[in-house]
Amino acid sequence: MEKKYELGKRKYVLAGIACIIIFAYILRLFSLQLLSEDFKRNADSNAFLRRMLFPARGTVKDRNGKLLVYNQPAYDIMVVMREQEGVDTMDVCNALGITRDWYERRMNEIRDPRRNPGYSRYTQQLFMGQLSAEEFSTFNEKLFCFPGFYVQRRSIRQYTYPYAAHVLGDVGEVGPKDIEADDYYSSGDYIGKLGIERQYERQLRGEKGVEILLRDSRGRIKGRYQDGKFDSAPIPGKNLVLSLDVELQALGERLMKGKKGGIVAIEPATGEILCMVSSPTYDPRTMVGRQRGANNNRLSRSPHKPLLNRAIMGQYPPGSTFKTTQALTFLQEGIITPSTPYPCNGGFHFKGFKLGCHAHPSPLPLIPSLATSCNGYYCWGLYHMFSNRQKYASVQDAMTRWKDYMVSMGFGYRLGVDLPGEKRGLIPNAAFYDRAYRGSWNAVTVISIAIGQGEVTATPLQIANLGATIANRGWFITPHVVKDIQDEELDTLYTKRRYTMASPKQYQYVVQGMRQAVLAGTCRKANLPDIAVCGKTGTAQNPHGLDHSAFMGFAPMDNPRIAICVYVENGIWGATYGVPIGALMIEQYLTGGLSPESEENAKLYEDKHIITIDDALIR
Amino acid sequence: MPSSDKREKEQSILHNLDWFTIFIFVVLVAMGWMSVCGASYDFDEGTSLLDFSARSGMQVVWILSAMVLGAIILCVDDRLMESMSYILYIGFMILLFATPMLATKAIKGSLSWIKIGSFSVQPAEFAKFATALCLAKVISAFSLDLSRWVHLLISGLLVLLPMVLIIMQRETGSALVYLAFFLMFYREGMIGSILFAAAAFVFYFVVGIRYAEEPMWELSQVSMGEFLVLTGIHLFAVGLMWVYTSLRKPFLQVLLLGTTAYMLALLYAKYLIPFNVCWVQWAVLAAMVGYLLYLAVREQLWSYALIALFAIGSIGFFYSVNYVLDDVLEPHQQTRIRVLLGLEDDPKGAGYNVIQAKIAIGSGGLHGKGFLNGTQTKLKYVPEQDTDFIFCTVGEEQGFVGSTLVLLLFLILILRLIHLAERQPLRFGRIFGYSVMSIFLFHVFINVGMVLGLTPVIGIPLPFFSYGGSSLWGFTILLFTFLRIDAARNRMMH
Repeated sequence: MEKKYELGKRKYVLAGIACIIIFAYILRLFSLQLLSEDFKRNADSNAFLRRMLFPARGTVKDRNGKLLVYNQPAYDIMVVMREQEGVDTMDVCNALGITRDWYERRMNEIRDPRRNPGYSRYTQQLFMGQLSAEEFSTFNEKLFCFPGFYVQRRSIRQYTYPYAAHVLGDVGEVGPKDIEADDYYSSGDYIGKLGIERQYERQLRGEKGVEILLRDSRGRIKGRYQDGKFDSAPIPGKNLVLSLDVELQALGERLMKGKKGGIVAIEPATGEILCMVSSPTYDPRTMVGRQRGANNNRLSRSPHKPLLNRAIMGQYPPGSTFKTTQALTFLQEGIITPSTPYPCNGGFHFKGFKLGCHAHPSPLPLIPSLATSCNGYYCWGLYHMFSNRQKYASVQDAMTRWKDYMVSMGFGYRLGVDLPGEKRGLIPNAAFYDRAYRGSWNAVTVISIAIGQGEVTATPLQIANLGATIANRGWFITPHVVKDIQDEELDTLYTKRRYTMASPKQYQYVVQGMRQAVLAGTCRKANLPDIAVCGKTGTAQNPHGLDHSAFMGFAPMDNPRIAICVYVENGIWGATYGVPIGALMIEQYLTGGLSPESEENAKLYEDKHIITIDDALIR
Repeated sequence: MPSSDKREKEQSILHNLDWFTIFIFVVLVAMGWMSVCGASYDFDEGTSLLDFSARSGMQVVWILSAMVLGAIILCVDDRLMESMSYILYIGFMILLFATPMLATKAIKGSLSWIKIGSFSVQPAEFAKFATALCLAKVISAFSLDLSRWVHLLISGLLVLLPMVLIIMQRETGSALVYLAFFLMFYREGMIGSILFAAAAFVFYFVVGIRYAEEPMWELSQVSMGEFLVLTGIHLFAVGLMWVYTSLRKPFLQVLLLGTTAYMLALLYAKYLIPFNVCWVQWAVLAAMVGYLLYLAVREQLWSYALIALFAIGSIGFFYSVNYVLDDVLEPHQQTRIRVLLGLEDDPKGAGYNVIQAKIAIGSGGLHGKGFLNGTQTKLKYVPEQDTDFIFCTVGEEQGFVGSTLVLLLFLILILRLIHLAERQPLRFGRIFGYSVMSIFLFHVFINVGMVLGLTPVIGIPLPFFSYGGSSLWGFTILLFTFLRIDAARNRMMH
């Protein structure tokens, strides 16, 4: 009986459990529904539509204030999958001028969560991007027939000139990796892909704004949330001023037509890049809007590699332009004096080893050796340096010393130009040869590095920078293409002088040698009236084909305003292409135009082609 | 004549029927229909709420047929049902066994649906009824005393059989519902400690795993799961001391000294020097176990020893579960258990449903957004929002007021069922009544709990709310059968 009574009491336990559960749940509801802040509670809710407001991307001007890149209104077609069911597909295709196949493929791409990470059936997805006003007009008229399709106003890049594609770069839709790497981006956004558009993405893009709208259960917009208290306006991107001179750039691209190679011109005093030509090139205006994808594909598949910026990515033997660095090193190390004569009987002869040279008086001291570009002189110089056991304990030590000189002059490492993809070239060190020759090597083994051959490679930018260091008599500022950023200081990298290991005194001899080369040596074609041009040719032996033609120079001799490197692949002699093109560029920059004779000369070189290109996209 | 009139009146079903319960049933079903409308209504299609191609329209069909079904059950003699209970149980067990073979195609990996004509039926929903009936019959007919282990084992096997069969249909959620029968066992004499220990161990398991990776606060070294479980063990032991021992002084000592110790440790770790607070908890538990054993010897009371044993067993259970999960099982097996516990919905978005559900409910506020005005449930893809996650819609459209009302209605229903069960003159009726109550309680507990993010995500429907004929019919049959039995309670008196 007692037990029965006990069990009867258990109904209270069970009722108690039920009461506790229900009241615990009511408490939970209370905290979920009443305690949390209204805005916070709704932050992720669908009652809010967070509409992105896109900022205008910064514009780009050249050093003379000419507008190079600006924005033009464009239209993105957005689609809400949930709402577009039942739309007349054929109608949409016709209005947009696309095929049904493309339509289906695009829809599948949008639905694929791997390719489109933020996919939701209920929010706008990018269907087609960057339509121009003309392309968009037909569709806009029929927009009311296409439920689920929306229009998002954007701006696309426009280019005033067909030049400087490699420097300006372009913008394209963000990929899944960009989105993962930076929270700022979401699917359908644009990001700089090449050139300064990529390098200065943070400055150019600005800050997106957001507008918080309220919507009802049918998705209809009911107005702004709390009169825009939580909205933020977009912050436009910063404008850039480039150091490029678009006229000079235009001439450079003209002269390089039908040739492979690059031209880089630098203002020695500031390190500002005045022009950067890479040939073959293309019109940046073809990389805009919807045709970008197809064109980009075509360019990247071309055997001429037009997307490659040879000015900073091409790694070439610097050839005889490199002799200037050797002269400076030997002088500074006390291996030679300006009056030290070295013999050259048709080249460098040593115990059966022979490195050829051309006909000139022999023996000869430093300045004429630069003017005539004597191979023998520099081979002897290097031989004496690397064999000097009083000064250097071993050939390895001498090599290390030599390498330090080259690096101080901007070779062997990336200079740090403000463009993506710069290559470093190659300055071999002792360890390199120890590996290659198993430790058994001497000056003669590596002798060709003295004339910018062998293992040594450099980019046209590095060679032009060499011109700038000589023009400055011993220092340079890291070359850069952006001169000014709106409301922002330039990185100190682009304002600080970097000194080389050779003293200004030694530079005077090299400058004289380069002046002599123009007046009476290999660079006579660069002898401009009224302008004291200094120059050095380069004829780089090329094991894969015809020799490369190079020119490195600066002008005027005193207070130089331009240093330049012209590099033409397979152009044979430095004097064939390098010197005359360099001279035209210098004249253009220093006099603001070409004389009638020079103009004729320019036409001549414009039409001299080394390669033939059969693609209209590529110049 | 008057006495015959009176007698007839007493015998009349209509007179003896518990109209109060029927009223709650009707209100719940009506609110359920509104929620299904809210969750499934599609503005773009512009269909009417009564359109039978839409779920809101179909639910009307289910509701009307369920009411007809209820009326039919009220006309059947309760003694017929009692006598049919073995046959029904055996029949349903065979059906459950055959279901995976009859199931034409797997719906989300489950093999629990049989297609009849154009409708799909889930036998598991009806097997609860057969099991409840059979248990009531067996326990009352053989006068089983569930405080005896053998009798409990027999009853337990009757529950275990359908559970195993349903797990074979890959419907773990529906199988777990059968655990609700242990509430009824408790009422019928099962030792309370079993229920308590089971609840405690489920708590250790779920809380321990669920919050294992979460720190108590940012950069804390303390795992929230471990802290909560160790606190739980301490408090459970203290609770057992309160219930099973009469000395109040040791009880207060263990309670106050223990809690003070780890609360102080917590504050010290948070504001002064961070360290693992669980060390203090282990010390507290060790001291407690020692003290309990000392009391057992001093007072010559087994209870203290048993409580100490419970504490040691709890600690052992918790750490061995962790060890097995972390070190013995392969990663994919761990994932499977976590998914089963509802800790992971899918490999990609852990807890996606629960987060969406919480946002939806939270956005309801005090009054809700009104019938059919829920933005969250309509614009965003909340999976299962008209079946398992239906309570989201209640929360969003009816707000705190509406959802509290729904919860209170369920509570009233459950309390009413307890009351009705207790007034049964026969054990059969009482057992069946408690079975019905337990099933409702379990469904509400798990379903609403998972939507509120408090219990694991186990896919079982909310009675009278979730869309679907099988579950609505199943609950209706349970409720009305009991009402029919209850309506005949006066027969014995004459």
